[in-house]
Amino acid sequence: MALYSEKVMDHFMHPRNLGKMEDADGIGEVGNAKCGDIMRMYLKVDQDTQTITDASFITFGCGSAIATSSMATELIKGKPISEALALSNQAVVEALDGLPVQKVHCSVLAEEAVQAAVKDYYDKHDIAYDHTIFGECGGNCACCHQHD
Amino acid sequence: MNVYADNAATTAVSETALEVMLPMLRDLYANPSSLHSPGQRVKEELEAARHTFAKYLNAAEDREIVFTSGGSEADTQALRSAAVLGARKGKRHIVSTAFEHHAILHTLEALKKEGFEVTLLEIPPDGVITVDQVRDAIRENTCLVSVMFANNEIGTIQPIPEIGALCHEKGVLFHTDAVQAAGRLPIDVQAMHIDMLSLSAHKFHGPKGVGVLYARRNIPLTNVIYGGAQERGRRAGTENTPGICGAAAAFQESCETMEETNVHLTAMRDKLIAGLSQMPHAVLNGSAEKRLPGNVHFCFEGVEGESLLLWLDSKGISASSGSACTSGDLDPSHVLLALGRPHEVAHGSLRLTLSGDNTMEQMDYILEQVPAVVNYLRNISPVWDELEKGQRPHLI
Repeated sequence: MALYSEKVMDHFMHPRNLGKMEDADGIGEVGNAKCGDIMRMYLKVDQDTQTITDASFITFGCGSAIATSSMATELIKGKPISEALALSNQAVVEALDGLPVQKVHCSVLAEEAVQAAVKDYYDKHDIAYDHTIFGECGGNCACCHQHD
Repeated sequence: MNVYADNAATTAVSETALEVMLPMLRDLYANPSSLHSPGQRVKEELEAARHTFAKYLNAAEDREIVFTSGGSEADTQALRSAAVLGARKGKRHIVSTAFEHHAILHTLEALKKEGFEVTLLEIPPDGVITVDQVRDAIRENTCLVSVMFANNEIGTIQPIPEIGALCHEKGVLFHTDAVQAAGRLPIDVQAMHIDMLSLSAHKFHGPKGVGVLYARRNIPLTNVIYGGAQERGRRAGTENTPGICGAAAAFQESCETMEETNVHLTAMRDKLIAGLSQMPHAVLNGSAEKRLPGNVHFCFEGVEGESLLLWLDSKGISASSGSACTSGDLDPSHVLLALGRPHEVAHGSLRLTLSGDNTMEQMDYILEQVPAVVNYLRNISPVWDELEKGQRPHLI
């Protein structure tokens, strides 16, 4: 059996919504180069409806890091911000037909990238929000040794 | 185009080895420990294989060759045997290096738990240990020095004859893990002052599951596998006779064609090194001169190794990387970290290891594809974006 599902390979080889966004309303970057994964996610938001009209990403990382970034942007595009904030890493894993156990942390990074981009949108547009919904760092990459 | 460039991981079984092995699987299947004629016939083949290894390693006697299940078992047995001998004399200190194969490092970890002290030499920037480092590390109670002949990731060749001479001058046993060097570099255990040496058949076009532990005659070995009296009681279990005879045929062929093959390998290697060195923020790991003829190992800043491998695989190129994602570990390759590469850089490593079956046309193809894939991955990398904008300092 191959390391990755066909769907993961498809999103790795043909990432959706790939590239920087020049006029993004919110940008979130998570991960650590030392650990080998960094995701940067861009959002375009309709101010009136609080809907994500466009999303894109660039990612430094392994196959699953790129595939989960791609899938996460697909899952939040066209959705209200409230739904994007509710996106779980499990939803990303399921949409990709599964990830190897040691790669599940990539889906957590994708979830955190979405949240970081929404937080940046709120901050830049002076939108009040409940700070407790955003964690500082999930501590998912044990290699940074900041959570030992 | 398909290019197999992962020959340090394993090699294709040669036709010569296969031709020796097939009749042994089909007809010469008797147990070499059996008294009957078919058994004794196989015993002859087994001893001929032993003689081949002794001859091409220049061992003094055939009995100094012990067949094992592979390089890891040979390494384990060598270290354990030296430890037992050392402990008898109250010597419980072992010198080795930080970039040994895990077969060595993990055995040393186990020995540490049993009360041994271990000094792992640091790796100089060119990936070549110096004799002075070894000299400074040897103590009164040192029972063994174990230094690999050539590194399995970056391919750097260690000064084995000099280290061997030093060990003998100091009265310390010397073991070398020659898994990457056997069949690729000339080895003379007597001239190089090697007391114990490990090799693995599948690295030189022999079958998997066959290793050799060379141990000088007066070194009593400690069993790792207990059971019958095979291998003069030093390694129990019915011998893998088809594998062993195939291994011997492959070893003989590799040694006899070595000079010619290495001219071809060196030309291909140097073409890749010259070509890949042209890329910005790309660095060759380890000495360009003191390296295995078929080893090319680079780090590319701003990209991650697993993505690089998956893309190259889609282009038909089989290679390897020391990134954390490919090691199944949280940290990138211990070899690259020992060499002083920062984590960020070590994640973007690529190992291309060639065999005599590779061609110059394949090197042209690699030189076309690797830069294209690296450029693509850099263009979608936030790390590269920050490097380019000066928000992150270039490390290479």
